[in-house]
Amino acid sequence: MSQVRTSDNSIEPMISLSGVGKWYGAFQALDSINMSVAKGEKIVLCGPSGSGKSTLIRCINHLEAYQKGDIHVGGIRLGHGSKVIDAVRREVGMVFQQFNLFPHLTVLQNCMLAPMRTLGLNKPQAEGRARTLLERVKISEQAEKYPAQLSGGQQQRVAIARALCMRPKAMLFDEPTSALDPEMVKEVLDTMIALAEEGMTMICVTHEMGFARQVADRIVFMASGVIVEEAPPAEFFSNPKHERTRKFLGEVLGRH
Amino acid sequence: MGREEFLFLLTGLKWTVALSAVAFVCGCVAGLMVALLRTSGVAIIERLTAGYIAVFQGTPLLMQLFVVYYGLALIGIQMDAWAAVSVGLTLHASAFLGEIWRGSIEAVPRGQTEAAKALSLGYVSRMKDVVLPQAIRISLPATVGFLVQLIKGTSLASIVGFTELTRAGNIISNQIFQPLTVFGIVGALYFLMCCPLTIYGAHLERKFLTASR
Amino acid sequence: MNYTLDFTPVIDGLPNLLWACLGTFTLAISGMLLAIVIGIGGVILRQSRVKLLRWLVIGFVELIRNTPFLVQIFFIYFALPLAGIRLDPTPTAIIALGINGGAYAIEIIRGGVQSISKGQTEAGLALGLHKAQVFRLIILKPALRTIYPSLTSQFILLTLTTSIASAISAYELTSVSQRIESDSFRSFEVYFTVTVFYLVISWVMMRIFAFFSARYFSYPLR
Repeated sequence: MSQVRTSDNSIEPMISLSGVGKWYGAFQALDSINMSVAKGEKIVLCGPSGSGKSTLIRCINHLEAYQKGDIHVGGIRLGHGSKVIDAVRREVGMVFQQFNLFPHLTVLQNCMLAPMRTLGLNKPQAEGRARTLLERVKISEQAEKYPAQLSGGQQQRVAIARALCMRPKAMLFDEPTSALDPEMVKEVLDTMIALAEEGMTMICVTHEMGFARQVADRIVFMASGVIVEEAPPAEFFSNPKHERTRKFLGEVLGRH
Repeated sequence: MGREEFLFLLTGLKWTVALSAVAFVCGCVAGLMVALLRTSGVAIIERLTAGYIAVFQGTPLLMQLFVVYYGLALIGIQMDAWAAVSVGLTLHASAFLGEIWRGSIEAVPRGQTEAAKALSLGYVSRMKDVVLPQAIRISLPATVGFLVQLIKGTSLASIVGFTELTRAGNIISNQIFQPLTVFGIVGALYFLMCCPLTIYGAHLERKFLTASR
Repeated sequence: MNYTLDFTPVIDGLPNLLWACLGTFTLAISGMLLAIVIGIGGVILRQSRVKLLRWLVIGFVELIRNTPFLVQIFFIYFALPLAGIRLDPTPTAIIALGINGGAYAIEIIRGGVQSISKGQTEAGLALGLHKAQVFRLIILKPALRTIYPSLTSQFILLTLTTSIASAISAYELTSVSQRIESDSFRSFEVYFTVTVFYLVISWVMMRIFAFFSARYFSYPLR
């Protein structure tokens, strides 16, 4: 195993990418990405569609293979061997745009599956953990229902609880509110804000600029597979340096 | 296998085509009746038609042909194998096509019927001018699929004693003792009839999927 | 019309007919199992990276779907001995039924696997499950649920198709009824009764399939 444990120094980043490159055939999706996320830091990743932001966070838990560069997660170097990949996936939770709850399992079973199968928890342990976290996302009364019986916002909160049941060191959010009806966006964002306030390390791909302003330590703006600009929210919104950033902000904030 | 034998197979092929055509055309007419009765809205009629369909879908075609063949003789109608098999296949087709078209009629949005009623159209016009034209379009892929089933089904007429393609194959095979060659050719002839229809059906289905998107 | 129905030969032959029903069940169940094996194997080959294998599967499926079962069973019946395989009619019929059902199963199973969205696999992987666990715990049940109606109605068809195995004298309901018919000449009575038997058989099959469906696939979809 190419697993390099480093000292638990808080200066050591939780997630770091260096020179990461990815191609789909001849098309370059990511071009030498360098990024480092400290423990407890919240990053919002934004950019126009097709800019590579989803691809980037999907590389961090190796849902996408990359061809160049290095990714370290929680002191583990993400290689291509399945053992290392599984180890990283146990440390990093992910929330998807389409929720991806398992339709044939109840809410509770959705939350218990992975802790039992990959962490080796027994049933009472997994159930206890699942109920606690469902409580935390304020949905414990729905535990025995099936995903199809919940609203989109409820499903996404269950998906967050399901990821948290693995006690991850970091969470990745891939446009978690894009598939929701407008009136359900807030309940999911509130859950994410609560999570951020508890000190979770987070990388969020999102167009919710209000959320970014409130929660992010840094905003990273991507376009055409490269990081164009990164800055704390105050600076990012008031004083964007690049023309592309200004244009993008003009579009999402509706200032033309 | 000589020219003589091959020509005999082609004669059998001719009867297979004729049998398929008769059963399909008559089956379409009878099947339309079945579909309309099945969606008539009169509970007892719908139940009876559903039973008729279930019997044909729940028993082997071979048995259906036997029962019709011997049943007709029983009630005093003397028919040769050709006519009896045509009747049997027609009944079979009417049940299957009736069920396919019932599904298509029900797939036409309710609003269409309601709009037609609001325009004070009567049942005949509502069906003929509004519902059926849309239902037929929906049912086309499945209907073509069933035609392929029907062509293959005509091969069972050989067991009742009618000399179509498969029985012609049996006869030749017993004469020249080359069963693999004979049934290879017989199979190829069926394939040449059915495969274009299968491809056409798949084409219709794709066209319908893209149109309804 | 001065014909009187006489069911005596049918009643005398009842034990034989009931045993023959068991023969039909045996043919149907064995044929289904073989069809599932061929179906799964075919789907795996159909997704192979080797183009030739993919085309062989496509060719096989189209060949079977576009020719009558009666011709297929004759062909197999005569081809097996030439290949040095000597089998009784009943195992030969099972092979023919399995091959025929397998071709349809390939298309059905392929549709089921394709129907499961990529997101389900990704969610499972992101939770740290292995590929095999993802397939077993996440993909399998919803995929089976999707294909269950078409797969089971195909199996009802296969059950009814077993009657064609009488053409090579396999042991099942139709061939036994033909024997009773040729001994008694009570054709209509025999075939009418046997038709009712088939109706019961396919009804029982449907009940069994529905029982499993209600038991395993009751979770709501929307």
